[in-house]
Amino acid sequence: MPRYAMAIDLSLCVGCAACAVACKMENEVPPGVFNLWIREREVGVYPDLLVEFRPEQCLHCENPPCVPVCPTGASYQTQEGLVLVDPKKCIACGACIAACPYDARYLHPAGYVSKCTFCAHRLEKGRVPACVETCPTGCRAFGDLDDPESPVSQALKAADRVDVLRPEQGTRPKLFYLNAPSKRGLTRESEVRHD
Amino acid sequence: MQRREFLKLSALSAGALALKGSGPAKALGTPWHAKEVRSVYQICEGCFWRCGIVAHAVGNRVYKVEGYEANPKSRGRLCPRGQGMPQTTYDPDRLKRPLIRVEGTERGEGKYRVATWEEALDHVAKKMLEIREKYGPEAIAFFGHGTGDTWFVDFLPAAWGSPNAAKPSVAICTAPREVASQWVFGRPIGGHEPIDWENARYIVLIGHHIGEDTHNTQLQDFALALKRGAKVVVVDPRFSTAASKAHLWLPIKPGTDTALLLAWIHVLIYENLYDKDYVEKYTTGFEELKAHVKDFTPEWAEKHTEIPAATIRQVAREMAAHKPQAVLPPSRHTVWYGDDTYRMMALYYVNVLLGNYGRPGGFYIAQSPYLEKYPTPPLPLEPAAGGCSGPSGGDHEPEGYKPRADKGKFFAKTTAIQELIEPMITGKPYPIRGLIAYGINLFHSIPNVPRTKEALKGLDLYVAIDVLPQEHVMWADVILPEATYLERYDDLVAVAHKTPFLELRTPAHEPLFDTKPGWWIARELGLRLGLEAFFPWKDIEEYLNTRLQSIGFDLETLKGMGTLVQKGKPWLEDWEKEGRLPFGTASGKIELYCEKFKEAGHQPLPVFTPPEEPPAGHYRLLYGRSPVHTFARTQNNWVLMEMDPENEVWIHREEARKLGLKDGDYVILVNQDGAREGPVRVKATERIRKDCVYLVHGFGHKAPLMRIAHGRGASDTYLQTRYKLDPISGGAGLRVNFVRLEKAERPRLPALTGLAKRPFDERRI
Repeated sequence: MPRYAMAIDLSLCVGCAACAVACKMENEVPPGVFNLWIREREVGVYPDLLVEFRPEQCLHCENPPCVPVCPTGASYQTQEGLVLVDPKKCIACGACIAACPYDARYLHPAGYVSKCTFCAHRLEKGRVPACVETCPTGCRAFGDLDDPESPVSQALKAADRVDVLRPEQGTRPKLFYLNAPSKRGLTRESEVRHD
Repeated sequence: MQRREFLKLSALSAGALALKGSGPAKALGTPWHAKEVRSVYQICEGCFWRCGIVAHAVGNRVYKVEGYEANPKSRGRLCPRGQGMPQTTYDPDRLKRPLIRVEGTERGEGKYRVATWEEALDHVAKKMLEIREKYGPEAIAFFGHGTGDTWFVDFLPAAWGSPNAAKPSVAICTAPREVASQWVFGRPIGGHEPIDWENARYIVLIGHHIGEDTHNTQLQDFALALKRGAKVVVVDPRFSTAASKAHLWLPIKPGTDTALLLAWIHVLIYENLYDKDYVEKYTTGFEELKAHVKDFTPEWAEKHTEIPAATIRQVAREMAAHKPQAVLPPSRHTVWYGDDTYRMMALYYVNVLLGNYGRPGGFYIAQSPYLEKYPTPPLPLEPAAGGCSGPSGGDHEPEGYKPRADKGKFFAKTTAIQELIEPMITGKPYPIRGLIAYGINLFHSIPNVPRTKEALKGLDLYVAIDVLPQEHVMWADVILPEATYLERYDDLVAVAHKTPFLELRTPAHEPLFDTKPGWWIARELGLRLGLEAFFPWKDIEEYLNTRLQSIGFDLETLKGMGTLVQKGKPWLEDWEKEGRLPFGTASGKIELYCEKFKEAGHQPLPVFTPPEEPPAGHYRLLYGRSPVHTFARTQNNWVLMEMDPENEVWIHREEARKLGLKDGDYVILVNQDGAREGPVRVKATERIRKDCVYLVHGFGHKAPLMRIAHGRGASDTYLQTRYKLDPISGGAGLRVNFVRLEKAERPRLPALTGLAKRPFDERRI
C-alpha cells in the first residue's frame, strides 16, 4: 500500500498559480473557495531581500486533527494516507474546519466540507495530481513515501533543507517544503514588515 | 494575507450556516471526469506562446486542458493562463451574435442592434468596396493579434491590396530586438526565443520577467537551469520574481541598460576575456567595436547606472569564466526608451563576445518547419504584418500599389502599428478611412489612447472581430463575434524551434451561440470583396488537408497526433558540416559594425543616451506582467481573476510613507499630461527603486459589459499618452511616462464571487 506524499521545492516555485488554476478546473472548485492557494511573502530591506512563494493546500497529515473531531465519520483517512471527506456523510457542522491548523478546509456551496484530495480520482488511474502534472517549474514531486525510488522520496533526499508547516502541532504533514529561500526556514507573518 | 482572511471568513460562515439547523441540502453532481469525455488536440490561446494542449470536453463544454509530452512547447505541462483559459468560452459576457451600431449613434456610445451574419458581412463588404473606389485599397488598415490573425493581417490584406496591416506584437513589443537581430545575425529571434537555457551555466537577465511572464517552455527551461545550478544575475529596477531566484540582483537606474552593456563589452574586450577564436571566425567589425567602447569603462557606467564599477567588472569576468555557456537572453517586450535597437545590438554583442550564438548554453539556431502554402494565384502584396524584414532596409511596392503609411518615419521595414493612427486623422501621407480590427485591443496596447479614439471617430468604417465586448469593440460599426479557440480550427501553426514543428488546432465542440471561426469570416468577406480566386477552398478541413498533403502528410493523421516534429539544425557545427554558416547578413558573418545604419544617418555602433529625469514629484512608470494574465484579454475570466483580481502600484516603502500612503491604500495615478487612472491599490514594498513605480499591464478596463474586468485596477496604457519612436525599428518606447500619486477612496465594486456565479445564459448582446 503506497503512502502518498508531496514535496514542493521553494527554490524553483515562482508562485505563478498554475497549480491553483489546474486544481480549480480539474476539481470544478466553485468561485470563492480554494483547495490550493499561493502565499507570497517579502522579507528584508532593499536591496537585501527575499521573496518566498509558497503554495498551500491540505497536508494530508499522518495525524490529522480534522478526522477525530468529525461526528459522522465523513472525514476519514485512507490506507494510502489520503485525508478525505465523504460528502454524503458530511453534515457541514464545521468542526473539521475549526480543527485544521492550516485553514485547508472550506464549506462547499453544495453543502459539504471540501478540500484538496491529492486528486484521488487521478491517483486511481495511475496519474499524479493535477497540480503536480502542470507545474511549469517542476517544483512539485509526488509519490509513495515508502518507495525510495519515488519522485517524492528522491526529491526529499536531494534537498538541502526540508520543512513542514507548523511542526509543533504534531500533525506530521505529508506535504514537505524543500529548499526554503530563507536560511531560517519557512517564512512567518512576523517577519514581514508592515507600516 | 487577503486570501487568509477570506478563508477564515468562509470557515466562519460555514459554521454559521450549519448552526441554522437541519444541515444544508446537498447537490452532489457527477464530476466531469466520470462522464463520457471527448478529447481533442488543441493549441492554447491563453497567450501567444501557443502550447500544444489536449482539451477534454463533455458535451458542449471543455472542463480541462492539459499539455502533452510530444509537443515541444508544452511538454505535458501548462501555465496558469492555459489552465484557466477555457472559462473564457463560457463567459456570460461573451459576444454572442453579429451586431451593427444603431444608425445615428456615435462611435463609443455602445448602442447596437442584432444582425444576421449575411447582413453584417454585406454591410462590411459594401463599405470596404466604397472606400477602395474612392481612396484605393491602402485606405483600409488591418490590425490583428492572436492565432487567427493570419487570415486578417496576412492573407486578407495581401489579397485585397493594402500594405497597412499590423500587429501590436511588433512595434509595441519585439521590433527592436528583431531588427537588431536581423542586422547583427541576419536571422530573426522569432516568437519562441531560441535560448538553450538548460545548458546555460551563467544567465544574465536584463528586464526579462521570466516567472511573471509564464511562457511555459521558457519557464520550464529556466527552472531546469536553476535546478542544474546555473548562476543567475538579474538587472532590473524592481526585485522581480526572477530576481528572487537570482544569485545577484542589480537594481539598475531605469533607462541606463545600454551603458551597462557597453561597459561589459569594454571589460570583455580590454581585459581580453572574450572568445577570440569565435570572434575571428564568425564576425566582422570587431576593431571598430573595440575602438568604440574604449572609454565606456565600468567607472563611466557606474555614474549612469548606479551599479558599482566593481560589480560591473565582477559580472563581466564571471560571464567570461562560464563562456560559451553564459547567456544574456533577449526579453520579449523591448520597446522601452526609443533607443532600443542600440540596446539590443549591445546585448547581442555581449553574447557574441561570449561565443554563445549557435552553441549549447547560448542561442540555438531556430529553423522554421517545412510547409507549403495553399496554392492560390499570386497575392498582389507580400504579407508583411509580422513585420520584420531581412536586412535590406528598403522595401519596394509592386506597380500600382502604395507603400505603407508609416514608411519613412523610421529605418527598418517593421510595421509600426502606432504610426498608422496619425494618417487616419490627418490623411497624410494618404487617407486611411477604414479599419478591420481582429483580436487586438486598441485601447490597451497602442499608446496615446485619446489619439486612437479621435482616429476611430473619424473613420468611414470600423469593424471589430472579437470574443469579448472590450471597450474598443463597442466602438465598432459592425461587431463580428468570433468562436473561441476551443470551438474552431485555425491555420496550421508552424513553430521555428530547436526541433521545428507544426501543430494543429481542432475544435472541441461546435461554436456556441451565433459565433463563427475567423477562417469562415475571412473567406465570407473575401467572397463578397471579389477575392474568390484567393479562396478556392470550400472549408477549413480541405484547406488544412491540402497544405499537409503538400508535405506528404494529411489532416486525419495529424488529428491523431496534434504535433508534427521535424529535424532541426540548432548548432553552428550542424551548419558547418554542410559547409555553410547560418548568418543572413551582407557579409555572411555576425556583424559588429553596421554600415547600413551609418548610411541611413544612424550610428553604426550602439550608443547610450541618458534618459530624461522624472519631473519633481513624479515617478517613472514601469510595467510588466502577472503570471495569471495575458495583456488585457484575461481580466473577465473569473478563474484567473480569483488568483489576481486587481493590479497594484508598486512604490518603495519610504516614498509611500513620504506621501502619507500605506500598503493597501488606494490612489489615482496622474501622468505628466494629466491623464488619470485608478483607483488602484498601493503596494508599499522594498522591492523597487525609489525613482519609479510599477504596474502590471492589462487592468483598468472601462468596458461596462465586461462585468468582472470593469473598474478593477489601473491601465498603464491609458497613462502612456506619449511614447518615443525608435528611429531604427519603429518601436514605440513606452517607459518615458511619469506619474504622481493622489490618495483616493477604495472603489466600490461588485464581489468577484457573485459575478463568477452568474449563469452562462443568453443575454441581449
